[in-house]
Amino acid sequence: MSALLQVEGLSKRYWRGDRDFSALDGISFSIAPGETLALVGPSGSGKSTVARILLRLVEPDAGSIRFNGEELLGLRGAALRATRTKLQMVFQDPLAAFNPRATVARLIDDPLRIHGIVGRADRPKAIAALLERVGLAAELASRRVHEISGGQRQRVAIARALATRPALIVLDEALSALDVLVRGDILNLLAELQRDEGVAYLFISHDLGAVRAVAHRIAIMDSGRIVEEGDAAAVIAAPASATGRALVAATPELPVFPRLPVFKETVS
Amino acid sequence: MKPLLELRGLGVCYNGAVAPALEGVDLDLAAGERLAIIGESGSGKSTLARAISGLLPQTARLQGTVAWPGLDHPARNGRDIGFVFQDPASSLDPVMSVGDQVAEVAHANLDIDWGAARRLAVELLDRVKLPEPEALARAYPHQLSGGQKQRVVIAAAIVACPKLLIADEATSALDTIVQAEIVALIRRFVAEDGMALLFVSHDIALAANLADRIAVFRHGRMVEMAATAELLARPRSDYSRALLAAHLGLKAHSGASR
Repeated sequence: MSALLQVEGLSKRYWRGDRDFSALDGISFSIAPGETLALVGPSGSGKSTVARILLRLVEPDAGSIRFNGEELLGLRGAALRATRTKLQMVFQDPLAAFNPRATVARLIDDPLRIHGIVGRADRPKAIAALLERVGLAAELASRRVHEISGGQRQRVAIARALATRPALIVLDEALSALDVLVRGDILNLLAELQRDEGVAYLFISHDLGAVRAVAHRIAIMDSGRIVEEGDAAAVIAAPASATGRALVAATPELPVFPRLPVFKETVS
Repeated sequence: MKPLLELRGLGVCYNGAVAPALEGVDLDLAAGERLAIIGESGSGKSTLARAISGLLPQTARLQGTVAWPGLDHPARNGRDIGFVFQDPASSLDPVMSVGDQVAEVAHANLDIDWGAARRLAVELLDRVKLPEPEALARAYPHQLSGGQKQRVVIAAAIVACPKLLIADEATSALDTIVQAEIVALIRRFVAEDGMALLFVSHDIALAANLADRIAVFRHGRMVEMAATAELLARPRSDYSRALLAAHLGLKAHSGASR
């Protein structure tokens, strides 16, 4: 299958104080349509720089990004805007990413209007359908973003990303700030959307437990390089790189205790 | 034996809030005991930690009692209670060297002069496994990584040998690898110094690897409290069961799998 996203030799150096350091040191990876690739690594490994470059928020020093068969890095103006509809992003903190005074309806209306996806008359219906798609009640449309819960806000962020019918959504630590029960619900939602609509995900996280639940493949990053890549289950079962082994060892597991003797069963 | 800390009917209501942040909490903590407080946002877990250490805003209304039968004086922060917060950057003074920040706690709480406090600070920075502690003592917080800053905060929290260490989401802002290192550090110090530990976290697996007992909080109330092994093997409440089921580990049986 031909790749939806093909990244080759991506490099980026930043100046920090009086010396420069390499945030990305020639990384290459690809994502197939409908696939989830997880980028996993410790803080400062370059994961978020990858996300920012894909969204063209940061320009790389070298490398190429082919998306849908088109070189993304050469695009400007209208052509870039048109491509952005197919490439969306969900951030860790939607409250920081959104205008806090905007209503939920306004937030979802923005992409529909700006990219001319749906005509004015049909937009309220389209907004209601998107809210339903992410498991939110249509009544939420009139609420402001600061009035709803963190989990609801992240669902709104996903609805907004879905509005332009993207082929790829970049999720940068998108579950990290959520409560554990909410995180499980959002993971299920992401899996369901992928199954129904064939959207691909680049899932950026430092949490291997969450990665295991969503990713088909894992690329492990450290110091701006991909140090290991492979099938998700295989990488977790037998990590080949030192960073992979450290991440697996550091993931908290529920301890298994020997069965305690039961003196008296009480039914509550 | 007298417990170190005794909470009876503890409740907290923040100024202007409709519902109490914490309600009717009864809890004993023995000297040297490791207790985890588990809950999601709004559970009251951080409010509990703040009520114990007297760090609530003055406008908050307190009910019930916080008593220290294990101490012969009221608990003093820094001396009897060490506190590690989630965000090390906001716990540290940005314009004071990290060595001096640890030394200041020692100087204020132990009867020693500044020279001795500074030497003790370097010792502590070494103990929390910071590299080249003598040079690092002169560094400022912005020169350190998040994990290194949290090590400095731990050094400051334990320098006066408190009876209780409170860690409130102390590893939540750190990546998994650094989190494991900080948890190992906390485990070691609690064992070596015989401190009691109140480990406040949203992560039940992380807590279960550290605590003797786990208390689960929800909507300001304690839902359940039991020995760690007991809570994991036989959770009594649906809520504890849901939290355990939501854990995403790497083992085949854990969590929601695709």
